[in-house]
Amino acid sequence: MVAWLVVSPILVPLTTAALCGLLWGRVKAQRAVSLAGSVLLVICAALLLGQVAEHGITAAQMSNWPAPFGITLVADRLAAVMVLVASVMAVAAAVYALGDIDPVRERNGFHPVFQVLMVGVCGSFVTGDLFNLYVWFEVMLISSFMLLALGGRRDQIDGAVKYALLNLIATAAFLMAVALLYGMTGTLNMADLALRLRTVEAPGTVTTVAVLFIIAFGMKAAVFPLFFWLPASYHTPAVAVQAIFAGLLTKVGVYALLRTFTLIFVGDVGYTHGLMLWIAGLTMAAGVLGSLAVSDLRRAFSWQVVAHIGYMVMGLALYTPLAIAGAVFYLVHDIVVKTNLFLGAGLARRLTGSHELPAMGGLFKAAPLLAVVMFVPLASLAGFPPLSGFWSKLVLLEAGLERQAYVIVAVSLVVSLLTMWLVGRIWAELFWKPHPAGAATGTVSLPPGGRFALVAPLVLLSGLTVGIGLFAEPVMALARDAAAELMHPEPYIRAVLGRGLPATAEALP
Amino acid sequence: MEVVMAFVIGVLVAGSVYLLLSRNVLRAVFGVILLSNAVNLVILTVGGLSLGLPPLIGPEAKVLAEPYSNPLPQALILTAIVIGFGLLSFALALVYRAYQELGTLDSDGMRVAEPPEAGPAADAGEMADARRREAA
Repeated sequence: MVAWLVVSPILVPLTTAALCGLLWGRVKAQRAVSLAGSVLLVICAALLLGQVAEHGITAAQMSNWPAPFGITLVADRLAAVMVLVASVMAVAAAVYALGDIDPVRERNGFHPVFQVLMVGVCGSFVTGDLFNLYVWFEVMLISSFMLLALGGRRDQIDGAVKYALLNLIATAAFLMAVALLYGMTGTLNMADLALRLRTVEAPGTVTTVAVLFIIAFGMKAAVFPLFFWLPASYHTPAVAVQAIFAGLLTKVGVYALLRTFTLIFVGDVGYTHGLMLWIAGLTMAAGVLGSLAVSDLRRAFSWQVVAHIGYMVMGLALYTPLAIAGAVFYLVHDIVVKTNLFLGAGLARRLTGSHELPAMGGLFKAAPLLAVVMFVPLASLAGFPPLSGFWSKLVLLEAGLERQAYVIVAVSLVVSLLTMWLVGRIWAELFWKPHPAGAATGTVSLPPGGRFALVAPLVLLSGLTVGIGLFAEPVMALARDAAAELMHPEPYIRAVLGRGLPATAEALP
Repeated sequence: MEVVMAFVIGVLVAGSVYLLLSRNVLRAVFGVILLSNAVNLVILTVGGLSLGLPPLIGPEAKVLAEPYSNPLPQALILTAIVIGFGLLSFALALVYRAYQELGTLDSDGMRVAEPPEAGPAADAGEMADARRREAA
């Protein structure tokens, strides 16, 4: 057992944040520390994934308190994969920030707060305790508030007010749900909860609490009726911040849904997962229609963040091993693509001088290499065949047909078609159309050092998307293994509770 | 005792919902403050209310003797209060800053990040406004 590996996704960014904080006012040193910390996080996450893939689910009891009493950190394949993908996104955003974040934001603490955000994200992935999950959500929330408002432009403050208020309400709902669950079972350890809820006397109450959790996590994940804070705020902060928000924050909500609704709330699957199927379809439809209605590139992508959450919730709602595997694959694919798209939108703005599609254009001529690099995430968003978006959608469609959920399959197909239309429109406006003022400058106009920092993350992430697409089989195998662990949580429960496994565990199916 | 707590929580939640539905952002922040306090009381109540019972092991005893009060909910609430305090002070600072920058606390007037799309709907709104002005 290598317990420190499970703790490292929290410790590494926390140490980096503390170091950055100590170096307050010395921006260059902060940059170096932040970048080094992000790379170290990737290494630790890769080791963790290797450990989990080789030796199975790894759990660490904090302060050596046995499981249901202390806080458990636990990594199964899903958590390890999420930490790895998140850390790669952190590197990409940190590199882009080198060339893009303005000095004022850097002096006011961009680097430490960015690392604290990573603490919250990684902590949410590896925790095995519901109250602990609440705490990590708060860490994430407070740092995201600050990143959102950093810079203090009028539209940022406006967006931040809406983001903050709605997320605070979601937090209150989450805490309320945790309280009710604790009142029913007397435990907050997820594995212990899974055991105790199997023998609970009032399944109706459990379902009520489960719906409260759907609301709380759904608000984080920006699903259908609860997404209005996202398109109102995501387009306002700095590009690197937008990208990491779009890539990671909503996905933490999806991860929490995946975790709780495969491990804890599986008593009334017909109701809860049926409800989520409706939510999934409506989320997709609302997101894609919203993205078609706006002319601001970043706001169109914000709406797309909403739309694609629907696909992942659909995978969870169908609740078959194949569908869950599809949702896991989709999570990985979508984190990479969304981060990439927002970074690309930032670069396009630098080269064309606007975020409004009608005022952009001429990029194909000005920066042909960028056009190729940007084509990858756009095409993957629409689901063109060899790329990652195609495989993840294909798996979900197959799972939907298997379950004979024809309505959701039809909805997802129509949404894919509309997304393709959107991608075509963006492509034509951004790259093929001549710039209305003839002012699209090439990447040559960027400063040489900055040019590398701005383009390298795009190349890296596009390469990753192509890689996931071309080597879909090993990624899919990993997703299938992760799904198998989620659908059969006994090893997870055993890994967490270990020696403290109560007698009822003998009755595990 | 539980009944009293239930009423208190109910009143707090009702008040917070009333405030949250307000168009004034500052009132909405106060609504969130009330809501988070209501949730803290929920944790306290579901954890079991007991009067005058010790939450700790006595100096001679090896284990906790049976009538004891559960210390965990209070630890949870303590965490929630600290976190809530941080978030709410940030929210208040943010609202103050928003008032400085935008000159309004009316959520309908805060349209900087999402300007109304130019289109038939926006035109209709402007025309309705113009007609109202003419009528007045």
